[in-house]
Amino acid sequence: MVQYNFKKITVVPSGKDFIDIILSRTQRQTPTVVHKGYAISRLRQFYMRKVKFTQQNFHEKLSTIIDEFPRLDDIHPFYGDLLHVLYNKDHYKLALSQINTARNLIGKIAKDYVRLLKYGDSLYRCKCLKVAALGRMCTVIKRIGPSLAYLEQIRQHMARLPSIDPNTRTILICGYPNVGKSSFINKITRADVDVQPYAFTTKSLFVGHTDYKYLRYQVIDTPGILDRPFEDRNIIEMCSITALAHLRAAVLFFLDISGSCGYSIAQQAVLFHNIKSLFMNKPLIIVCNKTDLQPFDELSDEDKKLVMEMKDEAMKTVIGQGGEAINDDGVLLTMSTLTEDGVIAVKNAACERLLNQRVELKMKSKKMNDCLNRFHVAIPKPRDQKERLPCIPQAVLEAKAKAATEKEKRKVEKDLENENGGAGVYSANLRKNYILANDEWKEDIMPEIYDGHNVADFIDPDILHRLEELEREEGLRLEQEADDDDFEMDGKELTPEEQEALAEIRKKKSLLVQHHRIKKSTAESRPTIPRKFDKDMKFTSERMGRQLSALGLDPTSAINRAHSRSVSRRGRKRERSLSREDNDGDAMDMDADLPSKKLRMRTRSRSHPPSDVVPGEGFKDSAQKVKAVKLAKKSVKKRNKDARRGEADRVIPTLKPKHLFSGKRSIGKTSRR
Amino acid sequence: MRLEKCWFCSSTVYPGHGIQFVRNDAKIFRFCRSKCHKNFKMKRNPRKVKWTKAYRRLHAKDMTQDSTFEFERKRNRPERYDRNLTENTLKAIKKIDKVRVDREARHHAMRMKGKKAKVQREAAKELEQSIHMVKAPAVLREDSSFTLPKIKVKASHQQAEENHPMEE
Repeated sequence: MVQYNFKKITVVPSGKDFIDIILSRTQRQTPTVVHKGYAISRLRQFYMRKVKFTQQNFHEKLSTIIDEFPRLDDIHPFYGDLLHVLYNKDHYKLALSQINTARNLIGKIAKDYVRLLKYGDSLYRCKCLKVAALGRMCTVIKRIGPSLAYLEQIRQHMARLPSIDPNTRTILICGYPNVGKSSFINKITRADVDVQPYAFTTKSLFVGHTDYKYLRYQVIDTPGILDRPFEDRNIIEMCSITALAHLRAAVLFFLDISGSCGYSIAQQAVLFHNIKSLFMNKPLIIVCNKTDLQPFDELSDEDKKLVMEMKDEAMKTVIGQGGEAINDDGVLLTMSTLTEDGVIAVKNAACERLLNQRVELKMKSKKMNDCLNRFHVAIPKPRDQKERLPCIPQAVLEAKAKAATEKEKRKVEKDLENENGGAGVYSANLRKNYILANDEWKEDIMPEIYDGHNVADFIDPDILHRLEELEREEGLRLEQEADDDDFEMDGKELTPEEQEALAEIRKKKSLLVQHHRIKKSTAESRPTIPRKFDKDMKFTSERMGRQLSALGLDPTSAINRAHSRSVSRRGRKRERSLSREDNDGDAMDMDADLPSKKLRMRTRSRSHPPSDVVPGEGFKDSAQKVKAVKLAKKSVKKRNKDARRGEADRVIPTLKPKHLFSGKRSIGKTSRR
Repeated sequence: MRLEKCWFCSSTVYPGHGIQFVRNDAKIFRFCRSKCHKNFKMKRNPRKVKWTKAYRRLHAKDMTQDSTFEFERKRNRPERYDRNLTENTLKAIKKIDKVRVDREARHHAMRMKGKKAKVQREAAKELEQSIHMVKAPAVLREDSSFTLPKIKVKASHQQAEENHPMEE
């Protein structure tokens, strides 16, 4: 039942768009790559798949269109007629049938071409077949383009139709144009229908909803109906006629007794009598509107007579229903939508009449038995005649009474706030409802942090008690301490001279350590200078003398020995005095004793073989010296590092550098690069 | 507002200082400054890092167990406000602090007790062992006290007597 689902119909694409969509989908969702070297079966399969895929998509989309558009025969006759009135049933059916034929045609095309593809013998032929198939399908769609456009228009319009439920309680408002139907519906429902002074402001049906006795009623506003023969009516009027004809509703026929709509009561009465056939079996109420302009009682007699005639007709419908003769108020009512005088009465009357009619009908129908089952109220059979009233305890009654009075008396925070200046000005005192042992404490500020501690961690009801214990403990401890402290280990103190000596020792030790650290850290980068190039003059006999005398020894003998063993004196046969100013005239034996000690004393220089041990060098024997010389020479040789960081470096930065493994050789062979 | 303890060094983190790190298992680590935070990120164990309280307690450098520590305990249920109780608590905090500080000082003194004697003994030993560095054994044999030998200035000898202290 596509009753309300006119809004859910999928968009109908135009012819061109349709083709674009399907073809692009085919391109995206089927394989695209094919080469002429493939097996022929594979080629055929490839193209067949494309053709079939396209056909399936067309089929799918066209089917959805056909299925979603409602069949005018299958829906409620009200909608069927409404759609016919709006869109012309024949055109509609034609369009849908065209879509259907297009679908079948496309199916046939696909079938034919697939059959042909089975015998395609080359890629080119298969491709041509596929192109032809797709082309023909697209032409079919192009031809139904106008139908698609028409259906799209219809769909858009249908989606905007008001959602009227033909089966529920409905109130229909009809009458001449400009009598006040739309103002009435605006008054009783939330619908916002345009109200304007010109006729035919309302051009289509409008729905509003209103409530009466816990039930929802649809109120339908119709465009005005003019008094014309049936065949001459235009589409707009036909809408309201359709509504009148098919909806089982209460009808409110509006009458403008002031004549400000432009039509006299006589004309309106004529219209009424013309369409009264449509009011068969419907509760009818005549409503006289615009009583503010023309009160009902001041109508002229002819007009009154006309109105009374209409009323009689209306009464007939009442009688026809339930056989009850109700008073005029059920059938003829007056109101004014401007002053809202009598509007509610009209609504209530209409709702009441409709409800009664529906209930009666339901009672008569077969379904009533099912409903009756649901309405069973179980009343237990009274055992005896004793009255048993509900028992409510007195306290509850009292409390209820009190709560009622309190609810009015109690002052809420919000009231307080409003009194004291509003939201921005008044700030509620959050502490006033605190429950404390003493009410004076409510405004106390308690520190959370004290002296680097959280106060909350220390709070304890028996803290005083424990503190006392602690202090007692502490007192005891202090006494004990006092006793223990009396004996103090008085060790031996060092005398000042001893302290001086100790200081000297420590100074010397630290110097040694420092010296060692310097030597250790720079040993690799700092060359060791042999003593003979001692420019700092660290190794003088004077220094030695000073150090020895600092230790308390007499240095003279050591100095003498040092001088006697020095290299400068090696060649001398005779002991010379220590004084250096002596210069003999012996040319062969003598060397020039230079006052400056910077250069070696020149003896008769002889060239020594490399393995000859000179006493100042520190070698044990010539074998050791030879070994030392060899080592020295070896260490100077430059090591082939092979571009490695160290000996353990086995990293190959790039395993296959491109320039070694690719490219042609200008000379040489590629097998060995 | 609460003062928290730094997870790494156990010092107090005042409001507005430090970083709180919440791990995926919802354990919260609070750090007092970036030093502790960076040490944590390096996965260092505070029990092995010398300057933290955890290390000091573990190696008994600081007082570990004491009744003054029991006064301060995180309570999860808040107590109803009582002015007298709060007053007493505030006074008590001060006294407890004093007691605790005294006890810590005592602990430290206990720890350092034998140090003076030890130092003296070591000095004496060093003097005895290394006296040869400043006093030749020959001189020692004659004069076995620990006084340094006086340097005798020879008239005929070196010029650079004044340089002596600088060179040594």
